[in-house]
Amino acid sequence: MDGGLLFFFQLLVSGVAVGCLYALVALGFVLILKATDILNFAQGEVIMISAFICYFLVTTLHLPFLVAVLITCAAAGLMGILTERLVLRPMLGEPVFAVVMVTIGLSIFLRSMTGILFGHNNLVFPSPFPKETVKMGGIILSQTQIWIMISTLALIIAFFLFFKYSRMGLAMRGTADDQNVAQLMGISVKRVFAMIWAVSFVSAAVAGIFLANVMVINLGLSFVAVSAFPAIILGGLESIPGAIIGGLAIGIIENLAGGYLDQIIGGGVKDVTPFVVLFLILMVRPYGLFGKKEIERV
Amino acid sequence: MLKVNNIEVVYNDVILVLKGISLEVPEGGVVALLGANGAGKTTTLKAISGILDSENGDLEDGEIEFMDEPIHRMDPDRIVRLGITMVPEGRRVFEDLNVVENIMIGGHVRRDRAQVRKDLDMIFDYFPVLADRKGQLAIFLSGGEQQMLVIGRALISKPRLMMLDEPSLGLAPLLVREIFGMLKRINSEQNTGILLVEQNARIALNFARYGYIMENGKIMLDGPRELLMENEDVKEFYLGVTDEDKKKSYANVKHYKRRKRWLS
Repeated sequence: MDGGLLFFFQLLVSGVAVGCLYALVALGFVLILKATDILNFAQGEVIMISAFICYFLVTTLHLPFLVAVLITCAAAGLMGILTERLVLRPMLGEPVFAVVMVTIGLSIFLRSMTGILFGHNNLVFPSPFPKETVKMGGIILSQTQIWIMISTLALIIAFFLFFKYSRMGLAMRGTADDQNVAQLMGISVKRVFAMIWAVSFVSAAVAGIFLANVMVINLGLSFVAVSAFPAIILGGLESIPGAIIGGLAIGIIENLAGGYLDQIIGGGVKDVTPFVVLFLILMVRPYGLFGKKEIERV
Repeated sequence: MLKVNNIEVVYNDVILVLKGISLEVPEGGVVALLGANGAGKTTTLKAISGILDSENGDLEDGEIEFMDEPIHRMDPDRIVRLGITMVPEGRRVFEDLNVVENIMIGGHVRRDRAQVRKDLDMIFDYFPVLADRKGQLAIFLSGGEQQMLVIGRALISKPRLMMLDEPSLGLAPLLVREIFGMLKRINSEQNTGILLVEQNARIALNFARYGYIMENGKIMLDGPRELLMENEDVKEFYLGVTDEDKKKSYANVKHYKRRKRWLS
């Protein structure tokens, strides 16, 4: 392979790795949005808190990484259930706007609490993955990137199987489709909502743990959620496959743009690209790739 | 089996929709609830299945008993577990789910998953059309097929009482006959009680053994099918039967109003 092509594929593959993380974050947003019509602004804080919890388990309690991951996911799931029970359920029947404001409040609360509990310093996660890079057909990847891709794939397959074949998964899809009829089928919508929050938070937690491996851990980690917005919009707000594909696409585009344009402009392109994409989608196709084109008759 | 005793329902804290409704469905019985638009038929069904909350409705007075157990304070999912399943108006299938998934979701309350799989074949036996369309998304089914699907979806929960809200709405007469034929079969084979809400009084009274006639949130008349079908007012206002020589004309509109007054 010649140098130019190799460079392209290098950017592409590492873009996929970044995209996987976006996809996980976007998935967390979309799950809640689809089922409950709430855009949860506290999603970023869940990512951040999960990173802190995992860091705490590994460094202070000296637990093996895998155990720490499992405990973090369980904690995130529990946090999801509690959030639904304590914060969202009292808001049942209130206007969506009020509920969304509550999630903004929740995000501020969670961020401050994390600051109080874990401090405001930058922490560096002791990476469990070996430092050596892996070379595949000329493309160089870090082991962290490979594990990100494997874990995301595994998680997406697990979600797919859960939604397709399990009784609870079916109930969740039914609830997302038509809440009132789901109630008439004997589905406890309250329990389904709690489960949705749990699943969504677990998705965010996995993203958080991996982000901790590639970035420093501090309160700013929660802003990754903002970067996932273009992915959600690109995929179409309420589509789960859309969130995954949107996430991957944004990761790849951002990496390619950064790789090629940074040399010309001189840095910073990577951070801007997702939002340029967001801007373009909103102009051309505001309902995204897989979203429902809503027709409003006035 | 089901006893509704003098219930009053208020929407948005001000609109009194049901003004003391009482009705009864015996074990395995077929009962029709008739009335014009806005009489409160659907609200009655919603009150029984416990979903008034989500529409700002409130049961202010009266009680609902099922198998001698009060159910009017229960969550809707518990009521379904007890054996009351409602088929809502307007063929509300889960559009993003395929036919099999739509039916399976109806069996959500059942613990015996293996048996539910078997009962799926029973549903396909009742409605062979659905078997041909197993893997299709419900949104692509025709109106009649969707109606069959929602009935099948309700049936798989093995209800002791099935409440149907206007199953004939917007369907061709031939299809309506087919669906009611199926309901009759279900009623006799499964001993499922049926509470039917209809605007089409002719179909409903041909099907049910007992009927209630509602108007403005009250039950104006009730009785066994034969009695209702013989009643002069029911004939005139609901079945559209009049004596040929006394044909309606605008001159008689006042007469209609006068006659109608006993009902309101």
